[in-house]
Amino acid sequence: MDTLAKEFQMRTRIRGFIDHAATGLAVLSTLLVILPLVAIFVYLLIKGARSVNLDFFTQIPKPVGEAGGGMANAIIGSATLLGVASLIGIPVGIGGGVYLAEYGRGTKLANAIRFTADVLNGVPSIVVGIAAYALIVMPQGHFSALAGGVALAIMMVPTICRTSEEMLHMVPHSVREAALGLGVPSWRSVLSITLKTASPGIITGCMLAFARVAGETAPLLFTALGNEFWSTSLNEPIAALPLQIYVYAISPYDDWHRLAWAGALVLIVLIVLAVSLVRYVTSRGVLKGAS
Amino acid sequence: MDATVPEIRIAHTQPQTQAPAVLEQGQPTPPPQEHSAIRKYLLGRGNSAIADRVFKALMVLCALSIFVIVALIATELVTRSSMAWNAFHLQFFWTSYFDPTTGLPSYWDPVNGHFSALPFVYGTLVSSFLALLLAVPLAVGVAVFLTEMCPEVLRGPLAFLTELLAAIPSIVYGLWAVFVLVPLLREHLNPLLIGAFGWTGLFSDDNPTGLGFVSAAVILAIMILPIISSLTREVMSAVPHSQREAVLALGATRWEMIRTGVLRNARIGIVGSIILGLGRALGETMAVTMVIGNSPEIHKSLLSNGSSMASVIANEFAEATSDLHRSALVEVGLALFIVTILVNAAARLLVWAVTRGAPAHAN
Repeated sequence: MDTLAKEFQMRTRIRGFIDHAATGLAVLSTLLVILPLVAIFVYLLIKGARSVNLDFFTQIPKPVGEAGGGMANAIIGSATLLGVASLIGIPVGIGGGVYLAEYGRGTKLANAIRFTADVLNGVPSIVVGIAAYALIVMPQGHFSALAGGVALAIMMVPTICRTSEEMLHMVPHSVREAALGLGVPSWRSVLSITLKTASPGIITGCMLAFARVAGETAPLLFTALGNEFWSTSLNEPIAALPLQIYVYAISPYDDWHRLAWAGALVLIVLIVLAVSLVRYVTSRGVLKGAS
Repeated sequence: MDATVPEIRIAHTQPQTQAPAVLEQGQPTPPPQEHSAIRKYLLGRGNSAIADRVFKALMVLCALSIFVIVALIATELVTRSSMAWNAFHLQFFWTSYFDPTTGLPSYWDPVNGHFSALPFVYGTLVSSFLALLLAVPLAVGVAVFLTEMCPEVLRGPLAFLTELLAAIPSIVYGLWAVFVLVPLLREHLNPLLIGAFGWTGLFSDDNPTGLGFVSAAVILAIMILPIISSLTREVMSAVPHSQREAVLALGATRWEMIRTGVLRNARIGIVGSIILGLGRALGETMAVTMVIGNSPEIHKSLLSNGSSMASVIANEFAEATSDLHRSALVEVGLALFIVTILVNAAARLLVWAVTRGAPAHAN
C-alpha cells in the first residue's frame, strides 16, 4: 500500500517534470526560430541603412574602385520585369480562379487543375528559369527582359489562381442569385458582382504573389541576365534588384558588399510593406459588405 | 391564393418557394453545392448565350493554361536534355570518370566532355536531409507552442513573425548567410563539431572557408521552417477539440494530451508538411549556391565544399561552354523537376487527406 502510493507519487512527479520539459522545449524552439529572423533584420538595418542614400536610388552602378554608385537601373529593371509578369500572370491567374470557383465546381477537370496548380507552385524556380530560357531566349537568340518577365509570370499564376478561387468561394450564393434574378447575364454577374465582392481578397492574393516573385533571383539568372546600364527595352538584358544583390554579394569588393546590403534592405522593406498591408486588409475582414 | 392562380403559374411557384430557403442559407460560407433551382432556371433562359459562352471559354482557357505551362516545361526539359540523355543514359546519375592527368575520379568535366550528376544528387540529398533533421523538431515545437501553449495575446504576432520568415526572399537569406552565418559557424560551431565528432570522419578540418554542406543545411533549415510549421499548425488545429478534452479528462498532463491526443491524430498531415518542406529544400537555389562552396566533388566530410543540383545550374547555365554541357545541365533540371513534382504531389495528397473539409491555403 505504502509502496504503491510512493510509486504513484513518483510517477506523478516524473510526468509533471516531462510536461514542464516539453513546455520548455517548445518555448526554446520558438525562440530559436525567432532568433534568425531578428538577426537578419538587425543586420539588414545596420549594414543596409549605412549605404542607402539618395545616390542609391538615382545612380547606376559605378565600375570597381570608384566609390558611390547606386542601383537605380536595377530598381527600374525590377519594376519592368514585375510589370510584364503582372500583365501576364494576374489576368490568367484570376481567370483560372474564376473557372475553378464559378464553372468547374466539383468537376474532375477542376480538381485536376487545382492539383496541377499546387504542383506547379512547388516546381523549383530555377527549373522555371530553364523553361523560359528554352522557350524564349533560345528562339530569340539573346537574353531579354521579356523572358525574365514570362518566367516570373509562370511563378505567379498558380498562387493567384488558388487564392482567387478561395476568395470567390467565400462569396455567398445569394449575391449571385440576386444578380441573376435581376436579369444580369452570367458573365456580367461574374465580372461586376462576384469578382467585385471578392476583390479585396483577390488583391491580397495578387500582392502575395507579387511579393514572392519580387525577390526571385534564380529564374532571372539566365533569362533577364542583368545589365550594368540603363535599359527599359523588353528585348534586351535588363538589371533586377535581386540579381544585382547576388552579383555584388559574391564579388570580392567591400564597396559592392555594402551596396548589396543596401539593395537587400530596399527589397525587404518593399516586401514587408506588401505583406503587412495584406495582413492588415485581411484582418479587417476580407468580404466586408458582402453579406 | 391557390384558388386564383392560373394553372400556368404553378410551374413557376416551384422555384419561388425554394428561394427563401436558399437566402437563409446564404451565410458567409455556404457549402459548395449544386446550383439552386432558381439559378438553374435563370441560367437556362439563355439571354446572352454567346457572350456567356465566350466568357466561359476564356476562363476555361486561363485554367487550362496551367496544364499547358506544366506540359511546356516538361517537353522543353525533355527535348533540350536529349543530347545528354543520348550520350550518357541513366548512367548520368551514378558514373564517375578518371581524369587521365591526375588519376583522381572526376564527375563533372566540361573541358573533356564528361558529365555525371552524381556529386550534385549527393549534395542535394545531404543538404536537404541535414536541413530536415534540424528543421523538423524546431518546426513541430513551434507549432505545438503556437497551437497548444501560447497565450492568446502572443499567438497572432508570433504566427506573423514565422510567416514573415517565409516572405524573406532567398537572395537575402543568402546574403545574410555569406556575411553573418558562415563566419559564425566557421569560428564557433565547426571547431566544436570537429572536436566532438572528428573521429567519425564526417567532420574534418581541411576546409578553412566555412562554406559547405553544414552551412547550406543550416540556412536551408531556417528557410523551410516556416513552411513546415505553418502547415503543421494547420493540421494540428484541424484535430477536433473533443480529442483533447477526452485525453485531459483521463487525467493526462498537457504534454501527454498533446502527444496522444493531437500529434498522434495529426501525424499523417505532419509527415505531409515535412515532405512539402523537403520539396522546397530540394529546389532551393540562391541561398544554397552562395554557401555550399560549389565544387563538383564528393567528400565524406560534411564540412567540405559541395554542390547541389540547383546550384550547379545557377552557376554554369548562362556560361555553358558547349551544347553537351548545357544539355547536361538541363537534364539535371529535369531530374529536379520530376523529383519535386513527385515529392509535392505526395505531400499535397497527405495534407489533403487530413485537412479535407477545412479551407486550404495556397502557399
